[in-house]
Amino acid sequence: MSQFYVPQDTTALALGADAVANALRDEGVEPTRNGSRGLFWLEPLLEVASDAGRIGFGPVAANDIPAILAALANDPSEHPLYLGEICEIPYFKQQQRLTYARAGVGDPLCLDTYQRLNGFVGLKNALSMSPQAIVDQVAQSGLRGRGGAAFPAGIKWQTVLDAVPKATRRHPEGGQKYIVCNADEGDSGTFADRLVMEADPYQLIEGMTIAGLAVGATQGYIYLRSEYPVAHRLLDIALQRAAEENFIGDNIQGSGRDFHLEVRLGAGAYICGEETSLLESLEGKRGMVRAKPPLPAIEGLFGQPTVVNNVLTLAAVSTVLERGAPAYESFGMGRSRGTLAIQLAGNIKRGGLIELAFGVTLREIVEDYGQGTHSGLPVRAIQVGGPLGAFMPESQWDTPLDYEAFAQIGAMIGHGGIVVFDSSADMAAQARFAMEFCVAESCGKCTPCRIGAVRGVEVIDRILADEHRADNMILLHELCDTMEMGSLCAMGGMTPYPVRSAITHFSSDFSRR
Amino acid sequence: MTKESKNTATIERLIAQHKSMPGGLLPLLHAIQAAIGHVPETAVAAIATGLNLSRADVHGVISFYHDFKTHPVGRHRVQICRAEACQSMGSRQLEAHAKKTLAIDYHQTTDDGQVTLEPVYCLGNCACSPSVRVDDNVYARVDAQRFDALIAALGASQ
Repeated sequence: MSQFYVPQDTTALALGADAVANALRDEGVEPTRNGSRGLFWLEPLLEVASDAGRIGFGPVAANDIPAILAALANDPSEHPLYLGEICEIPYFKQQQRLTYARAGVGDPLCLDTYQRLNGFVGLKNALSMSPQAIVDQVAQSGLRGRGGAAFPAGIKWQTVLDAVPKATRRHPEGGQKYIVCNADEGDSGTFADRLVMEADPYQLIEGMTIAGLAVGATQGYIYLRSEYPVAHRLLDIALQRAAEENFIGDNIQGSGRDFHLEVRLGAGAYICGEETSLLESLEGKRGMVRAKPPLPAIEGLFGQPTVVNNVLTLAAVSTVLERGAPAYESFGMGRSRGTLAIQLAGNIKRGGLIELAFGVTLREIVEDYGQGTHSGLPVRAIQVGGPLGAFMPESQWDTPLDYEAFAQIGAMIGHGGIVVFDSSADMAAQARFAMEFCVAESCGKCTPCRIGAVRGVEVIDRILADEHRADNMILLHELCDTMEMGSLCAMGGMTPYPVRSAITHFSSDFSRR
Repeated sequence: MTKESKNTATIERLIAQHKSMPGGLLPLLHAIQAAIGHVPETAVAAIATGLNLSRADVHGVISFYHDFKTHPVGRHRVQICRAEACQSMGSRQLEAHAKKTLAIDYHQTTDDGQVTLEPVYCLGNCACSPSVRVDDNVYARVDAQRFDALIAALGASQ
């Protein structure tokens, strides 16, 4: 008897996966709703597991189902959407999947499936270790924060482990430490956090619980953006089931250790992806950026020592504790260890999630994996690292994906999002948009960001209208300097990156009109 | 019971549920909005008293976040992604089409009260852009034709 799989992640659903599942039910077949493999150009991807292995068809529409079922009864390879064995698809086979090893294999909410695929091994290892030993493992793995800043996770955790919680009125003997997961994945072109939460949510829960054990925190929050309704639904169910089976809560697996975890929903503010703004928001306030120091590791949520890590960082911790630090550290290059979740997006033929060790070049990703643009036109610019990342011209595409190599050319990997633009893109319009986005999303604390962005839009408009173009170009550069030097966080500080890179590498777009 | 007094009762009940929750203001505002569609300005005083905050604090939080509405909105919320990945696939044209066919701008509601149009910055569906969210459903590769079909389907399900 064959088992059928139809994904239930946002992208598969957005392309009609529910209709495909219903078409199967109409034929008397109940599919398992798995997570996505991240091969988004093939979604909805129908997988069929039988004695002969696990084969795929995609992208499938509901009205393809009768013909696929007929082909399965004879020779599946006759069907035009037949993809062969899923694990043999080069896009998938060539990846080095650690964090996404389980994504798409089975029902993401099934605890048995999770454990059958080595889930909670890391947690069980951690439960038998001292807090310092867990922190040492994370430090030795070389894991750096995947949210964008790439700060070494081990150092952050050590700081929180060593910090003493402040006494509060309610807890005069000392309050509690916190683990906060930054799941406010707001960068355009990113969906790696979403895919973890939708395709393998227990991995995040496990990683956060390990973090709690490591630093002595008993309460965790997942700050999830409200733009992710599917992830919200799946996370809530996963948390409930994990609590029922005592993988979180009091006395975890009889260990005498406690860790409580809940999801808190953001409310549509991009700035809340910045960690101090996120903490303010979690406290129920406006998401205004805090000055550092004090570091959140010393004075974070409600003034207590707090680990704030991205979804991918915390998920990777469960791999580190499962396989050991040396195994994780063996991937990567230079000071960038482990794997990077590359998200290939925008105008691209084969967009999706590509997990690889650090060091692969942008060109390999876009040309080999992505197969060029969706439109068929040549690639013109690539924006890496979200709306605050530089637009990279062809001369920079051979840069290896490595934090230091990118920093050297004034670019950043950030959260690993890659957005491709074809030759029809107007880079002056994109530069204007970068400023416009900052107007919409600035928290308003720093004047250069709050007002500078408004002036930035105006100056670019004048340049495009050919009003004193040369003078206004100088003004724009000075404005970019002011924003970069005079803003507390990356919102104002890095909005100039896309603007300046557009001017430097695509200057003809600014004098076209 | 009038609609207004029913809303007041709902708000009071939700305040009671959230008043002792650490950092409970955002969850409370989400709960109020889920129950009655927006956070009425008349609720600010009650929320402030319930959570031991100033009215300025509560107003400041409501006005900071794009999600919170202080006035009734359309039956359906339609969001068009304006972020870079969607722009690279033609979301600027889609925006123009949507505004023209619905005859409204962003943050406005159609005359029949059916649709409120909003911008959104990324729905995490960036490999299959342009993306549109209608209530809690996300749609991929939305062109003008597909957008019109989505809007027509809302009318049919009224």
